[in-house]
Amino acid sequence: MSPDFLNFIETVLNGLMTGVMYSLVALGFVLIFKASGIFNFAQGVMALFAALTLVGLQTGQVPFAHLINAVLGTDVHHWGPGLPTVLAILVTMLVMIALAFLIEKVVLKHLVNQEPIILFMATIGLAYFLEGTGDLMWGADVKALDVGLPSGGSFWWEDVTRNWAPAGSDYFGMYIDTLDVSAAIIAVVLVVALTLFSQYTATGRALRAVADDHQAALSVGISLRSIWVIVWSIAGFVALVAGIMWGAKSGVQFSLSLIALKALPVLILGGFTSIPGAIVGGLIIGVGEKLAEAYVGPLVGGAVENWFAYMVALAFLLFRPQGLYGEKIIERI
Amino acid sequence: MKLSKLAMVTVAAAMVGGTPALADLVFPSLSYRTGPYAAGGIPFADGYADYFTLLNERDGGINGVEARVLECETGYNTQKGVECYESTKGEGSLLYQPLSTGITYQLIPKATADGIPVHSMGYGRTSAANGKIFSHVFNYPGTYWDAASIIVNHILDENGGDVKGKKIALVYHNSAYGKEPIRTLEELAKKHGYELTLIPVDHPGQEQKSQWLQIRRERPDYVLMWGWGVMNQVAIKEAANIRFPMENFIGVWWSASENDVLPAGEGANGYKAVTFHGVGSDFPVFDDIKKHVVDTGKAAGAGDQIGTVLYNRGLYAAMLAAEAARTAQALHNTKDLTPAQMRDGMEALKIDAARLEELGLPGFGPEINVSCENHGGPGLGAIQQWNASDGTWTLINDFGPADRAVIDPLIMEDSLAFAKENNIPERCN
Repeated sequence: MSPDFLNFIETVLNGLMTGVMYSLVALGFVLIFKASGIFNFAQGVMALFAALTLVGLQTGQVPFAHLINAVLGTDVHHWGPGLPTVLAILVTMLVMIALAFLIEKVVLKHLVNQEPIILFMATIGLAYFLEGTGDLMWGADVKALDVGLPSGGSFWWEDVTRNWAPAGSDYFGMYIDTLDVSAAIIAVVLVVALTLFSQYTATGRALRAVADDHQAALSVGISLRSIWVIVWSIAGFVALVAGIMWGAKSGVQFSLSLIALKALPVLILGGFTSIPGAIVGGLIIGVGEKLAEAYVGPLVGGAVENWFAYMVALAFLLFRPQGLYGEKIIERI
Repeated sequence: MKLSKLAMVTVAAAMVGGTPALADLVFPSLSYRTGPYAAGGIPFADGYADYFTLLNERDGGINGVEARVLECETGYNTQKGVECYESTKGEGSLLYQPLSTGITYQLIPKATADGIPVHSMGYGRTSAANGKIFSHVFNYPGTYWDAASIIVNHILDENGGDVKGKKIALVYHNSAYGKEPIRTLEELAKKHGYELTLIPVDHPGQEQKSQWLQIRRERPDYVLMWGWGVMNQVAIKEAANIRFPMENFIGVWWSASENDVLPAGEGANGYKAVTFHGVGSDFPVFDDIKKHVVDTGKAAGAGDQIGTVLYNRGLYAAMLAAEAARTAQALHNTKDLTPAQMRDGMEALKIDAARLEELGLPGFGPEINVSCENHGGPGLGAIQQWNASDGTWTLINDFGPADRAVIDPLIMEDSLAFAKENNIPERCN
């Protein structure tokens, strides 16, 4: 194979891997939108909050240390060496479940039957609240996150693919980031688990019933409030996974909340109500933007991938407003 | 009757005392302690505030007049930055450090019209170094164009003065800031014969796979970076991932803090960046800060940022502002200052090695000599290198000059075009 063709394959492969990372973020949006019709503006901040909490627990940081020291005149920063990674992940998950309870109790309960725009505005407030709380709890410095996942280019894949180019050509193998491979595997496991959960458990079926029709679900005795807590807890778990993956790439910092911007074109493309849509949408956006950057970018000065993703999404909006897998909504006047 | 007696006594006491009550010297701090760039904003704001607190606590202020830091949160947002300027300028503000190229561009016409000096230290509009055109804007001790040239000088030094045929890639934030060094690097490429590749990264720079795949394929000899925020951390991590030799990866001074290298762990070892000030906490001034500011509970933050790159930069900015205020006080023979007098002080600022030593900052920065014509200062810079094993930066060379033969004509060209566009007459004649 010619090096140019191998470079093309490398671009596609890396695009697919990047797409999986986008899908991880988009999944959280889909779960909440599907079950409650809320576009959760705070999903990116939830990923940030979960990652901050995880690193804080791993490093033994005292939450609200600056506040405590300022008020009590103490000088406490760490309570110990920190929790082992697995335990820290479990405790973080408990924190995200507690957060789901709080959100339902303090915000959503009071907004039942309100217009979707009101709920959307509430999630904007929630985003600011969580960002501020995260800052107060864990500080604003950039934190390295290591959960033991491999990262960096794969030597094995480089060696395997180096021989695919003709002998004597200036080709040094294909690049693939092992962290991206881990993310892909985790995303597959996550989607399979979510699918099995929604298909084969009573709670999952209740979730689907609520997603189909709130009023009908209520009429057969499904508690909307419990379902919301469950959905926000699952979305919190997905946010934790996304936070771990993105945090491992860039360190855990407040820019992490901006990953939500990467999920928007994925959602438009895949549809706001479809889990497979979030995955397929992510893959299309990932591959599309990487190919655009590699082959269109040099013609126009580069940095085209961000707007290219939105252009693809816009094109889909024109021809298929509900996205690839979204539900077509027909309203009669 | 009693009240009027009391008033008379008070007036008499004031007259006997001889010296009228002095107002504070007000230094606004357009900080960003919140938002996506807070990790960079907090240490800078802490360093800036702590130095003025030190002067107040240890010396009773600047020549006996207390300095007051007026902090206003911008969140690194240009609109909020302008609002901060408008809401604080009436408080007797002497000097603005906008801390963002976007805010600087907005404040250049506003502050000039209001007669308040702006110090965009190592950022903002590079051609503001021409004081003949930009009467109220200063960017000493160095500009982005100086930074680009100093990096190329370092590469020249490493290659025995010959970089003909070498490939240099610039990974830059796709914004006005990131594009600043391009013209300089292009001119230097013509002069030295290296091949320049431009690789833009869109804001915020969380995803850079395409850019680093390109670098991996094209195998440049050196990669330069003009990044900010998360873009820096991701770029350094990606460079480590593709096993790019870190000692050939050199960033501008805004891609040079501990925040940028720590997430990459050992992979960041050897990464370099250009700087215009010293690194670490091995300077006497930090002992004073600990004693008079941190230990007395008056530090702006938790006191845990001392010696970090951005804390040092904030402290350095405060020191330059305080020294300019001192110069203005001497120049106008007054202790209370107006913004116009402060501007004069900045234009007459001179800091030599002996003065730096007196300030507890021996060798912390290059000697500074500002004039009416030259608001950009000496344009000197050094290269700092990251040691991941002990988590420290080290200066690996002395503060050296930029290529003035290339930079000065560029500054002249750009500033004269600005003057023509805005009908600004030349001054300093």
